[in-house]
Amino acid sequence: MAEVSVENSIEPGRKGNAVSRFVWTYVFATDHKVIGLQFLFSSLIWFFVGGFLALAVRWQLAWPWSDMPIFGHMLFAESGGQMSPGFYNMLFTMHATIMIFFVIIPILAGAFGNYLIPLMVGAEDMAFPRLNMMSYWFMWPAFGCIILSFFMPEYGASAGWTSYPPLSVFQGDAQSLWLLAMVFVGISSMMGSINYLTTIIQMRAPGMTMFRLPMTVWGMFITAIMQAFALPVLTAALLMQLSDRMLMTGFFLPENIAVNNGVATSGGGQVLLWQHLFWFYSHPAVYIMILPAMGMVSDIISCFSRKPLFGYRPMVYSITSIAGLGFIVWGHHMFISGMNHTLAMSFMVSTMLIALPSGIKVFNWIGTLWGGKLQLTTPMLFCVGFVSMFVIGGLSGIVMSAPPVDIVIHDTYYIVAHLHYVLFASSVLGVLGAIYFWFPKMFGRMMNEKLGKIHFLLTFIFLNGTFFPMHFLSRMPRRVADPYIYEGLKDLLPLNQFMTICAIGMGLTQLIFVANFFGSMFFGPKAGRNPWNANTLEWTTVSPPPHGNFDVQPIVRRGPYEYSHPETERDFFPQTESS
Amino acid sequence: MNRFWSVLFLLVPILGIASVLMAMYGVTPLESAWLPKSLSQAGDTIDQLFNGIHLLAAFILAGTVFTIGWALWRFGDRGNSNEKARYVTHNTKLEITWTVIPALILVFLAFFQMKSWAENKMDRPTVTVDGVSTFKAPMVMVKAKRFGWEFYYAGDDGIVETQDDIFVENLLVLPAGEEIVLQLESRDVIHSFYVPELRLKQDIVPGMTQFVWFNAREEKEIEIMCTELCGWGHYMMKADLNFVSRAQFDAWIEEQKAAYSPEFKNVVEPSASLGELKKLHSPQLSKVSKSLLEINN
Repeated sequence: MAEVSVENSIEPGRKGNAVSRFVWTYVFATDHKVIGLQFLFSSLIWFFVGGFLALAVRWQLAWPWSDMPIFGHMLFAESGGQMSPGFYNMLFTMHATIMIFFVIIPILAGAFGNYLIPLMVGAEDMAFPRLNMMSYWFMWPAFGCIILSFFMPEYGASAGWTSYPPLSVFQGDAQSLWLLAMVFVGISSMMGSINYLTTIIQMRAPGMTMFRLPMTVWGMFITAIMQAFALPVLTAALLMQLSDRMLMTGFFLPENIAVNNGVATSGGGQVLLWQHLFWFYSHPAVYIMILPAMGMVSDIISCFSRKPLFGYRPMVYSITSIAGLGFIVWGHHMFISGMNHTLAMSFMVSTMLIALPSGIKVFNWIGTLWGGKLQLTTPMLFCVGFVSMFVIGGLSGIVMSAPPVDIVIHDTYYIVAHLHYVLFASSVLGVLGAIYFWFPKMFGRMMNEKLGKIHFLLTFIFLNGTFFPMHFLSRMPRRVADPYIYEGLKDLLPLNQFMTICAIGMGLTQLIFVANFFGSMFFGPKAGRNPWNANTLEWTTVSPPPHGNFDVQPIVRRGPYEYSHPETERDFFPQTESS
Repeated sequence: MNRFWSVLFLLVPILGIASVLMAMYGVTPLESAWLPKSLSQAGDTIDQLFNGIHLLAAFILAGTVFTIGWALWRFGDRGNSNEKARYVTHNTKLEITWTVIPALILVFLAFFQMKSWAENKMDRPTVTVDGVSTFKAPMVMVKAKRFGWEFYYAGDDGIVETQDDIFVENLLVLPAGEEIVLQLESRDVIHSFYVPELRLKQDIVPGMTQFVWFNAREEKEIEIMCTELCGWGHYMMKADLNFVSRAQFDAWIEEQKAAYSPEFKNVVEPSASLGELKKLHSPQLSKVSKSLLEINN
């Protein structure tokens, strides 16, 4: 390990010309850092695709049936650029699918998980580098299926990202491609999670006990466990729906239903079975989409407070109990689905319980800030933004965990507000903070602070302008192309137009980030090994780290949060430093 | 500059709570934003829960995010001083406090709302005939279909799904001031029966039969919305719901009996070509005969 030289950053043992070296280094890479960056770049590209779809949804809600800019005349020449209701259904279906399965999960587990786990535990690479490569390459068939589905009739799957049968079973062929894509994504995540678990359990540097792991690694570890347990269920459900569509089985189809002018079905199935199986994965998926972000936010907040993370062990226990409880709360998506109403009571209790560990985390983050010597850098601002937005998302979660209240707000814009506060205003802010924080490690250069702060300020204002008013639309159903055909909803048009304008502003703001990202990659000031004066192992090696990661075998001597330790002069105390 | 950021975070609870209170107490411009006025006793209970939990949430939001903003204000500009941050790793008493208190609040909430849930979803109304208590029979059977609503009123026999049912489409007329039970079924995919004014929502699952009940206190014309995605025409799957006095209702039923032959109308779907419908995927569609919408793309 010690003999790996710093310069040797390409795949060792590869000879040949520049092209083949490039292909073997960046395309068929087995280095966890290159794979992490592959995930990062593909997720960011999909982030913009998903964002465009969201803007199209907002366009329709603000100015229904008016000519859609740019794409309207390309796709709907015969109607003069106005979108069809089926196209609208495709928009929100694919927006959710892309954002969840191609952006947030891969960027958290795929990009940051891959990049950070070996560096933070002090390993030279993942336990199974080739499996790791496969896990990225299994994303591409999924990308292919989804891209292909955009060229099918109706321009893609349009049964909602939840794909409830019987509707989804009777959709066009794009739905089959959607199901296949989800199977591939699942396989990719499964390979990743096996790899993360093995690496974290087996390949920690000497002295790195489990309770010396940074919260980022804990977040990834628990997430990997959740994925490993929940994914098989989703995969089975996806294949069952696929066989309902292609092989005329009837897992999810009851008898005597007629859709599309009477398609005979074998019947004998249960419609609600899909919902149970789907949410058994997709509720844990909600935590899969936030626990790694919580871990990274904990590290960043502690670093810029120059103070130990408040209550490290309770933080670990609360992540663990969120994961455990996360498996027994799926029924709160189904309070009014027609499942046994008594069952709603037990799911309500478990859902309320999950508010406890989430609350503990928030209180501990505040405890970390309190009495610190705060450095309000861009990553820190994003992380404080994460905490305050997560409070809002968590509190609206308590509102809807009450089944009688859920009767009113289920499937309305209140739910849309809640999920965007958790997934966008929390997870995505956390991810952006993490990008600003680890960018110097990834590319060896600093990002521009001024642009970063403007990016944060505008994103923060516009996201609240977009999502906070959604709380007040608790009588406006989701997934409705033209809510204003209801007399009782006509007065909501101005509010919707305001939200759309904010959403467009939020979209444009991200261009600042793109400019900063690529500008800093080439022209940013050089970062050095440890630009933030942080404690964790990845900051002891050069930026960017070479293949093999460390020039010296790291020996871990203390926990990751010894900031402002009374026994040292400096306000940080790296994990490897001898006292 | 650090003060600027702390003000930004302090604004979150201030603006958030202000707008929640404005919506709750009907202050302009959010006077009509939240929920329409409740039409039933059960709805009032839900409103109390809805408002109560929101007030609790507002309180917690104020407590936490104010502390964040204050921490940024208080500790945000120590960047240049030589003062070190306080070395505090944990505080067990504090941790226990902020675990136990929320836990008690949540347990209270959990038990407090059970009654309302039971009232809305579990305690189906009963009638006592000759000392025997049975479930109250549904007045109307609702058949949801892509993309409209069929209503079958129990005829003279008082039982739905019999020969004397009276069929009406996309219009539900009901007497106000009476406990009414509806039977919900679907012809094709999942739909959801949502009446905001009654605080009533129930998914209608093909292959299952659901029952909902309510008691509207006023005569009012409102709307039924479909809140489960059911295909391209989901957005226009609406029906009118008119609560009228008992006398008006009886008169209306007599009218319907005259208009429809007294037999169980098993609606036969009319057919239209795919091309015809493709042309119609625009707002004009709502003007087209609703029965045509049975067929889809």
